[in-house]
Amino acid sequence: MKSAVVVFPGSNRERDMVAAIEKITGHRPVTVWHGDHDLPKVDLIVIPGGFSYGDYLRSGAIAAREPIMGAIAREAERGVAVLGVCNGFQILCEAGLLPGVLMRNAGLKFICKEVELRVETTASQFTKGYAKGAVIRSPVAHGDGNYRTDDETLARLKGEDRVAFRYVANPNGSVDDIAGILSEKRNILGMMPHPENLIEPLNGGTDGRPLFEAALSAVA
Amino acid sequence: MLQNDTPITPELVASHGLKPDEYQRILDLIGRVPTLTELGIFSAMWNEHCSYKSSKKWLRTLPTTGPRVICGPGENAGVVDIDDGQAIIFKMESHNHPSFIEPYQGAATGVGGILRDVFTMGARPVAAMNALRFGSPDHPKTRHLVSGVVSGVGGYGNSFGVPTVGGEVNFHERYNGNILVNAFAAGLADADKIFYSKAEGVGLPVVYLGSKTGRDGVGGATMASAEFDESIEEKRPTVQVGDPFGEKLLLEACLELMKTGAVIAIQDMGAAGLTCSAVEMGAKGDLGIELDLDKVPCREANMTAYEMMLSESQERMLMVLRPEQEKEAEAIFHKWGLDFAIVGWTTDDLRFRILHKNVIVADLPIKELGDEAPEYDRPFVRRPVPAVLKAEDVAAPADYAEALLKLVSAPDMASRRWVWEQYDHLIQGNTAQKPGGDAAVIRVEGHEKKGLAFSLDVSPRYCEADPFEGGKQAIAECWRNLSAVGAEPLASTDNLNFGNPEKPEIMGQLVGAIEGIGAACRALDFPIVSGNVSLYNETNGVGILPTPAIGGVGLLPDIDVMATVAFKNAGDVIVQIGRDGSHLGQSIYLREILGREEGAPPPVDLAEERRAGDFVRGIIRSRLVTACHDVSDGGLLVALAEMAMARGLGATVSVPASAATPHGYLFGEDQARYVVTVDASVLDAVTAAAAEAGVEAKVLGTVGGEVLDVAGLATISVAKLKQGHENWFPEFMAAAE
Repeated sequence: MKSAVVVFPGSNRERDMVAAIEKITGHRPVTVWHGDHDLPKVDLIVIPGGFSYGDYLRSGAIAAREPIMGAIAREAERGVAVLGVCNGFQILCEAGLLPGVLMRNAGLKFICKEVELRVETTASQFTKGYAKGAVIRSPVAHGDGNYRTDDETLARLKGEDRVAFRYVANPNGSVDDIAGILSEKRNILGMMPHPENLIEPLNGGTDGRPLFEAALSAVA
Repeated sequence: MLQNDTPITPELVASHGLKPDEYQRILDLIGRVPTLTELGIFSAMWNEHCSYKSSKKWLRTLPTTGPRVICGPGENAGVVDIDDGQAIIFKMESHNHPSFIEPYQGAATGVGGILRDVFTMGARPVAAMNALRFGSPDHPKTRHLVSGVVSGVGGYGNSFGVPTVGGEVNFHERYNGNILVNAFAAGLADADKIFYSKAEGVGLPVVYLGSKTGRDGVGGATMASAEFDESIEEKRPTVQVGDPFGEKLLLEACLELMKTGAVIAIQDMGAAGLTCSAVEMGAKGDLGIELDLDKVPCREANMTAYEMMLSESQERMLMVLRPEQEKEAEAIFHKWGLDFAIVGWTTDDLRFRILHKNVIVADLPIKELGDEAPEYDRPFVRRPVPAVLKAEDVAAPADYAEALLKLVSAPDMASRRWVWEQYDHLIQGNTAQKPGGDAAVIRVEGHEKKGLAFSLDVSPRYCEADPFEGGKQAIAECWRNLSAVGAEPLASTDNLNFGNPEKPEIMGQLVGAIEGIGAACRALDFPIVSGNVSLYNETNGVGILPTPAIGGVGLLPDIDVMATVAFKNAGDVIVQIGRDGSHLGQSIYLREILGREEGAPPPVDLAEERRAGDFVRGIIRSRLVTACHDVSDGGLLVALAEMAMARGLGATVSVPASAATPHGYLFGEDQARYVVTVDASVLDAVTAAAAEAGVEAKVLGTVGGEVLDVAGLATISVAKLKQGHENWFPEFMAAAE
């Protein structure tokens, strides 16, 4: 049940993520600094949301080239679960661990609101706690959440059942309403919405909980 | 580029915003002609923004203490006890002039500045709000300014990582040439780990932290203390550029450094940058400060001493450090990729001495720079208060349903969703009540149930008609909004935005408003713990509406009992708390439906306000209430409509026979009033409790259905109201694109 949350300069939802995982599992994740070259042995690695390096170049582009990313790639290759949320998703795409890219929202504005997501596959350790086709709620909070990829990759994602979540009402212009995708080996999930911000009654719901419960129980 | 030995001419003095008699004061004080750098330092310290020279006399009359006040005005922000050894640290500050010139960066750096004020004191920011005022929606610049300011607020706060949970957005033609951007921030700290700006100890290192110094913002504080005219575009280079990423790093580095115990004193570099921060730390500690500008990290080549001393580059701090922990401190800042430089020392000679390239470019008495700043007792006149407008003399609407729809869809009344959905209001995971309610509520991290409530309020049209009642009302409404969610109002911060104080009628507004604020704060035990004054908000000689914005903080021991405005259950009984409405002077109804801005504003009976608020808070905390909303802009019917729209649930109400006029009853903006809903089973308990508390409580009707039905007067679907309410803002902004 061990987990790690990776902190880059400009990460800003790392505290939300640490608190959520601790509340759900009872275990506090270790935080790992971006300049480290190695990761402790954990069952789940999380890259949280934020504005790493201010998003000044391209969201996630600088963070994707940090030393810790090599360690994350190695652990992912070994099958360790990796979750990238929001800026974390952008970093995973920029690092080549997931296909595609996140562009400026179609409306050109930052959007913070609760949206509905459809669970498209339960065949992953992140989504097996939901029912296939279930509609869950989740907040979004991003300016660059417009998922884009070429037709060939999109066809592959669909053909290989790697679209994890779709927006019920697309808030950002993402191709095919995609909100989250899985890696080829299905152990890396990147998603723009923030399941960590909907885990207790105070947040107005708990739809984010099953994701963390499943991701960490899979390996317990 | 001007050199330090530039001759000081009367023109140069005037261009620094210093009056001839103020310059004479400088000559008398130092006994010689100042150098250019010294002139710049004086202009920075003695402008209105930094010295409060026109308002100080009146600000002293405000109540600033109380059992929960740990630190009142005078530091970077106010500090208030919230039990359990914790404190909330908060302040509000204006960034009006920069935001008009360059809306994105002006607003962004306004947010950055107020966040820095809070974390300089050792607090992690947990909530931000903004009071924004723009010109008429018809004015050609308004959309551009709204768009720029909102994205600037969001751009900074979202990246920094603080939830922006509330605020105000209003429109009025009197802000056409001078918008208002007032930014509020609050942070949490342990009550025994607050950091102050007072330096202690001689010969200790003065350390520069954060981002490098550039030429941005040179003379910003002086610019902010001047009126505008057509040449305003030329002032764009005085607007600073924000780097929220740098600020986030600075936050983490400062909090990490503070934990080590190395920090003796700390001050952020805000208005007038290095000058104000260094003078503040030295003067407060009865110490001199010597700075060597060759050590200051610069972003640009060949900066002069004058530029370095007046730069308002953002995301910078000045600190006095324990020398034995220098290496430890430096390592923390380098870990976060930030500059760390020893740029000077504390001295025992009470001089503010600046060296540049081994030459003394300024040598001034440090205490006098602050203490001897001019202070004015400016003449003022109180304008007569307009006569009370009787409801009988105000036309009733031909169609109440249509009037209501028009009111909830009016620019000042429509939903602000378009704005707050661009602000990350959920980050940190503690947001218990999102924007759109009476007050925002966050949970205090580390606690299961403890919460804090925040609200920003002022009704400038009331202040224009009667500054004293308007000042009272701003405090009363803020206090009421906190009470309406069930919170105990603790303390407040004021951001006083007015025109040119050299005009007696403007000074009269300032004096009247401060007197009203003081009276209300005393009656409601709601002290002012921090604040900011922004004067000279005029363009081409026309002043803004007097706008003393109030930010309040309340404590909610158990967020489970928190009330929200939305109707909850069909069958709940709707109860009006407080007197019947009848006051239509200066009301939204009068302005939006009849196009008149007339009459006296509603008077605030502070004893009645307190009784009603204490009662409402009590029944909320006793879990007797299913929804609660204060009655303010638009009166009772608008309050009911807002409660209905928040849930998509209607109501049936009737106007009592006792009401003198139905439109006065439904649209009157009489104060000290709330609407609550209760389960029918507890209605008797609530009305009995009200009678005991000496508060009027009247059953208006019941919740249910899909229409808002006012017996015999109006029937309108909630969906239709909501459509008008939600659509105005996005449609207005879309018309620009």
